[in-house]
Amino acid sequence: MQRRDFLKKSGKALALAAITGGVGFAFHNREFSTGAGLYRFDKRFDVAADRSLPGITLAKTEEYENGLNRALDALGGIKRFVKPGEKVTIKPNIGWDRKPEQAADTNPRLVGEMVRLCLTAGASEVIVTDIPCNDARRTFIRSGIKEAAEKNGAKVILPAEEDYVKVDLGGKLLTTWPVLKYFVETDRFINMPIAKQHSLSGCTISMKNLYGILGGRRNQLHQKIDQAIVDLVAFVRPTLTIVDCTRVLMRNGPQGGSLTDVKIDNSIICTTDLVAADARAVEFLNLKPEKVSHIVLAEKSGLGKIDYRSIGYKEI
Amino acid sequence: MTIKTVRNFRRLSQVLFFLIFFWLILKTNFEVNFSPGSGKEIILPYPVSIALQFSPLAALGTLLSSWTIFKGLLWSLVILIPTIFLGRFFCGWICPMGSLNHWISEIPSERLKRKGANKIQSNRYKKYQRIKYYILFFFLGAALLGSLQIGLLDPLALLARSIGTVVLPTLHTGAAGFLNWIKSFGVPQIVIPFQFVYDLLSPIFLTFRQAHFHTILTIGIFFILILLLNRVFTRFWCRGICPLGALLGLFSRFAIFGLEKDESGCDNCQLCLLHCQGADNPDIGSRWRQAECHVCLNCQAACPNSSLKFKFFPEQKVSRTNPAPTQKIDITRRKLAASIVSGLAVVPLLRSGDAFEVNSNPRLVRPPGARPESDFLAKCIRCGQCMRVCPNNALHPTFMEAGLEGMWSPILIARIGYCEPTCTLCGQVCPTGAIEELTVKEKVGDEKTAANCIGTAFIDRGRCLPWAMGRPCIVCEEWCPTTPKAIYLKEETVINQKGEEVKVKQPYVEPDLCTGCGACEYACPVINKAAIYITSIGESRSDKNQIILESKKTSANS
Repeated sequence: MQRRDFLKKSGKALALAAITGGVGFAFHNREFSTGAGLYRFDKRFDVAADRSLPGITLAKTEEYENGLNRALDALGGIKRFVKPGEKVTIKPNIGWDRKPEQAADTNPRLVGEMVRLCLTAGASEVIVTDIPCNDARRTFIRSGIKEAAEKNGAKVILPAEEDYVKVDLGGKLLTTWPVLKYFVETDRFINMPIAKQHSLSGCTISMKNLYGILGGRRNQLHQKIDQAIVDLVAFVRPTLTIVDCTRVLMRNGPQGGSLTDVKIDNSIICTTDLVAADARAVEFLNLKPEKVSHIVLAEKSGLGKIDYRSIGYKEI
Repeated sequence: MTIKTVRNFRRLSQVLFFLIFFWLILKTNFEVNFSPGSGKEIILPYPVSIALQFSPLAALGTLLSSWTIFKGLLWSLVILIPTIFLGRFFCGWICPMGSLNHWISEIPSERLKRKGANKIQSNRYKKYQRIKYYILFFFLGAALLGSLQIGLLDPLALLARSIGTVVLPTLHTGAAGFLNWIKSFGVPQIVIPFQFVYDLLSPIFLTFRQAHFHTILTIGIFFILILLLNRVFTRFWCRGICPLGALLGLFSRFAIFGLEKDESGCDNCQLCLLHCQGADNPDIGSRWRQAECHVCLNCQAACPNSSLKFKFFPEQKVSRTNPAPTQKIDITRRKLAASIVSGLAVVPLLRSGDAFEVNSNPRLVRPPGARPESDFLAKCIRCGQCMRVCPNNALHPTFMEAGLEGMWSPILIARIGYCEPTCTLCGQVCPTGAIEELTVKEKVGDEKTAANCIGTAFIDRGRCLPWAMGRPCIVCEEWCPTTPKAIYLKEETVINQKGEEVKVKQPYVEPDLCTGCGACEYACPVINKAAIYITSIGESRSDKNQIILESKKTSANS
């Protein structure tokens, strides 16, 4: 072998050894990254309290749009909650493949009107979305919400697998969970539940509605449903909560199906206090809020008032 | 019009029909925008399974096995009747599986074996080509006794099944995985163009929800094997295996269109053989076989001396060096009879086992509207369209759940997806009527009609949280879509491990109300093996497989 060849070959072998060793050291003990890291959530959706205004309003009317406007105006009007240029996410309950009259999903007329109000207040973008139980393509259409929201100018998003971010919810039970990104990458969060019976938590209204922001193994949260609900309320703190009590699902909740399970109450609740909202709305379900454990736990955790009259209750 | 132009038309036709076929499979997908209030049925906008109904093999097979021809299968006459006059034009001009084999065969090879003299030799008629007739008669024999197996090898069903359950889901996993890998670099400048392309193409090629199919490995390996064999023999599948090709070969017996060989100009260059697709001996000096010819016209286009011509009523100038063509198929009567008899014999062989009716797999839950099992097996061609269209990824190809006889027929696996109560898409796409088309009313039931049931749910009390572990749950009850709910709860006080009394709501199933949709099994939080599961008992299609004595109730008397 020539000296030149010897040097060349040895050089190449050394270089390869160096690269191999280098890569080994560089990746040694490196934490395996799954692509998406933890999403840093440091926003607040809620607005400052205003003692001069009522804390919770209820409109009783068959004209839903009008009722929503009046209840909201009594609370300070949409401009108090949505500032020009802000991005708003509306979260109705779009859980099930049911028609509006079956009262399993939020009434589309209310969602449509809320979209319109946000845009008139100058919102840069209004997103309407939810993580449904049944197939999103069906639930969004059958509930009438896609049509109503789009007609009023909202962007309706059917959640896709790649739309989740991992967020530290900082709760007692809920720590790191996948959350649909539209619920955290936004400036305002408007919670629009419908009042329904639920066999485990008693009712599913404004607080339980927040389950819908979570992906992952959320069915397992039922094992500690009260704490899960409270953790979610503490994490999200929605800007505004509007409870659809126009039709209330009394039995076979939360998806119903039969019109005989539906009671017509023609009421719309507006508030910034989710505990008060649920405390008022369970009355339509013939329940006492003190008997509903997650409402009680939420009050104990300082998230709101069961005695909704104490924060200023106004019927319109 | 020169012969080269006609050949280009044939190439165009192959591409066109392949694209149509592929497009129809892409469109076998729930992407309809229905009107929410009207209460009208959700109907797919295109007749997505129509391509499968053009298969005369599917029509003849179902005719023999069930003595009916499903309405759409009459389209197959559009292929069959012209074949009687023209020969196997379908194989050379239309069949998407044939085109795929054609293209893969024609990719230039580095191997000497597939070049020059070797290729000419391999393109001569070979004895193995008669295997397809044995397969055809074997399957027709089995069909006569009510077991439809032609779907395993019908090229249209095979291609639809392979694309729908293997190729497209693999593409989905691959594309999403690749994009995730790109994203993991965390450099937006790199991610943006890839994300753009992904967002552009994913609505066309990928489903709303990534589908994961049971047992696709067997389907995938089978499909890849067929494609790979083209690298050994040109169009091995079409020449040697395809039972549809065999059927069309039989029907070209009296074709009036064929190859006319003129010995006078031939200089024995054998370019005709070099380009032959069907291995039907187009060269002068050997016997042309009408039944093997795909009418691709390559031989005529390749011939430098105009010695070969396809025409109506071809004249044959027979001489010692130019033997007469034949329209007969190369199979003896005795072997034909043997094929049919083996086909007949295989049915009792399969059914004397226990998989069919005697001890059928309890987890064999068929799609809603499926015909009774014996009729179902007489009609299902395993095209996989129901699996592809199912919006919840609930339907899957079986492996051995329905016995060897029912391999790749649909099974509902509720752990992966449940049957959506208001969805009737699988019945809409079934090309042979193995799954009947239900209306939403027939499926969900009302005051007069009982709901269509596919099974019944059972609780595994050893795994159920409230039953076995004293912890609250009720998710199955929450998800139960019937009204009133088939799952009901009873509050019980149980003692937990610490000796404390805890109140839990324990679920029960009312078999009278349960439709077996599997929403409970799908949603059950006991992840790896659900604590509530469905089995096929109680299915509407069976008289025997029932659990309760009286007939199922309608919502009027429940």
